[in-house]
Amino acid sequence: MTRKTIRYTEKVKHVIQYFGLLTVLLVVWQVLSMLGFIQPIIMPPPTQVAVVFWELLKSGVMIRHIGISVLRVLEGFGIAVILGLLLGMAIGLSKTLARMTDLIIQVIKPIPPIAWIPLAILWFGIGEQSKVFIIFLGAFFPVIVNTIDGIRQTDQKLVEVARMLEVSRSRFIFQVVIPGAFPAIMTGLRVGLMVAWMCVVAAELIAASSGVGYLIMDARQLSQSDVVLVGMITIGIIGKLMDSLIYRIEKRAIKWKTAFTGV
Amino acid sequence: MKNDKPRETKLLIENLSKSYLVQSEEVRALQAINLSIADGEFVAIVGSSGCGKSTLLKIIAGLENGYTGTLLLGKERIAGPGLDRGMVFQEHRLLPWLTVENNISFGLKDRHSKASAKTVSEHLDLVGLSGFAQAYPYQLSGGMAQRVSIARALVNQPQLLLLDEPFGSLDALTKIQMQQEVLRIQEVEKTTMILVTHDIDEAIFLGDRVVVMSSRPGTIRKIIPVELARPRDRSSYEFAQIRRAVYQEFFVEAENPFAYQI
Ligand SMILES: Nc1ncnc2c1ncn2[C@@H]1O[C@H](COP(=O)(O)OP(=O)(O)O)[C@@H](O)[C@H]1O
Ligand SMILES: [Mg+2]
Repeated sequence: MTRKTIRYTEKVKHVIQYFGLLTVLLVVWQVLSMLGFIQPIIMPPPTQVAVVFWELLKSGVMIRHIGISVLRVLEGFGIAVILGLLLGMAIGLSKTLARMTDLIIQVIKPIPPIAWIPLAILWFGIGEQSKVFIIFLGAFFPVIVNTIDGIRQTDQKLVEVARMLEVSRSRFIFQVVIPGAFPAIMTGLRVGLMVAWMCVVAAELIAASSGVGYLIMDARQLSQSDVVLVGMITIGIIGKLMDSLIYRIEKRAIKWKTAFTGV
Repeated sequence: MKNDKPRETKLLIENLSKSYLVQSEEVRALQAINLSIADGEFVAIVGSSGCGKSTLLKIIAGLENGYTGTLLLGKERIAGPGLDRGMVFQEHRLLPWLTVENNISFGLKDRHSKASAKTVSEHLDLVGLSGFAQAYPYQLSGGMAQRVSIARALVNQPQLLLLDEPFGSLDALTKIQMQQEVLRIQEVEKTTMILVTHDIDEAIFLGDRVVVMSSRPGTIRKIIPVELARPRDRSSYEFAQIRRAVYQEFFVEAENPFAYQI
């Protein structure tokens, strides 16, 4: 075999490994449905889900729901990033501020965003604001906590270099601390965006009339399990796309760091 | 050696002692160090691992506090880090996210001026890396990275360059090349240099004097002048004699490879 065909077969092997398990699961699910082992009301077969998906896409309904949900997530996530980065950097750089805020962060962090829904409605009503607030809460903590961690992990050896060269405080922050914290910050952004997107269903529990979360809740009331599945899968796919996007950006931004990719 | 005119003292260390607290017990790292280094001199300090070499350099650099004794740089007491001293560490310690060029200009006050650009390119030339201005540290070999680190330490024209086992992690051939390079740089820049090493040959090859340290607590055991013309021939008889003198400081009784030669 030539080197080219070897590389080609390698690639085919990787594609099969990547999609194989999912395909097998779908086929098993389909076959079990067709043999009558799975009731369509409880779990419709993949083909039915695909048909419903296609119909919702074709009619433009799906795109509208996705658009609304993505917009809400971007708003909530955007605010979380701005506040999380600024506060995280301030807390990371100041020991006093860290001591003052640590307990509050530690206690509020474990409260799931969904538990905030009653308060969110009281504070912001049932409009867009309360939904964005829930999403913001989900994204905020991963961003701030990872930013603080990243800054704390500044390499002591590089700090000594900066001291030897009498580097100004601002240059120290922008050329030593922040670039050093960058990988951790990017992790925070990735996790934050993921959680924000996961919160969209919770947020759209609040008197929504649009969005993928609404689509799911609405279909639940009508017992349309196929639409529920379409909504769930849509959330999954868009979440994956968002994660890949941030991962790409991260890879490009930190080309100086060679990552371990697994054996 | 050009000892014709008496040179001014660049660094004076008087009665320097330093201890660390390790698990609430006092560990003496340095004890009663006295050393005077002349302007333009190259002093090599040898000692086994843990004898306090790095501690001594860090104190001179101003990175350590909590010692007793006096350190004078010229006529000024050392009270913290300053641009009058440059330091090269065992690891290159370059900023991985900056290009070679920006790593060198990292320590310059006015990075974006024409003068700075000129200084940076001169120093790239000085360490023989003119073609690598835009490279990132991960693209450099160990020796190249250490050259950049030397350029960075020299860019502010320090009076004193401190080198803490700078070639310790390089292969033998690169190491010899870098030693020659450092000598050439000292010839050009006339910077006073203190080099810490555990490599006896390196110390003799480079130093005007070799300071032998012993450990626990770290003290100066002996100072051996190396009055050989440069470039020095490591295989010469005179070099071997000095090597023997240094060896004897380390292995007095335990093992003396030269004892039965006569
Ligand atoms: N930060 C520190 N805390 C406690 N002990 C230290 C510290 N730094 C160095 N020491 C101790 O001081 C002694 C000298 O260390 P060091 O100067 O690094 O030696 P060398 O560079 O000659 O190998 C060692 O015994 C070491 O354990
Ligand atoms: Mg050391």
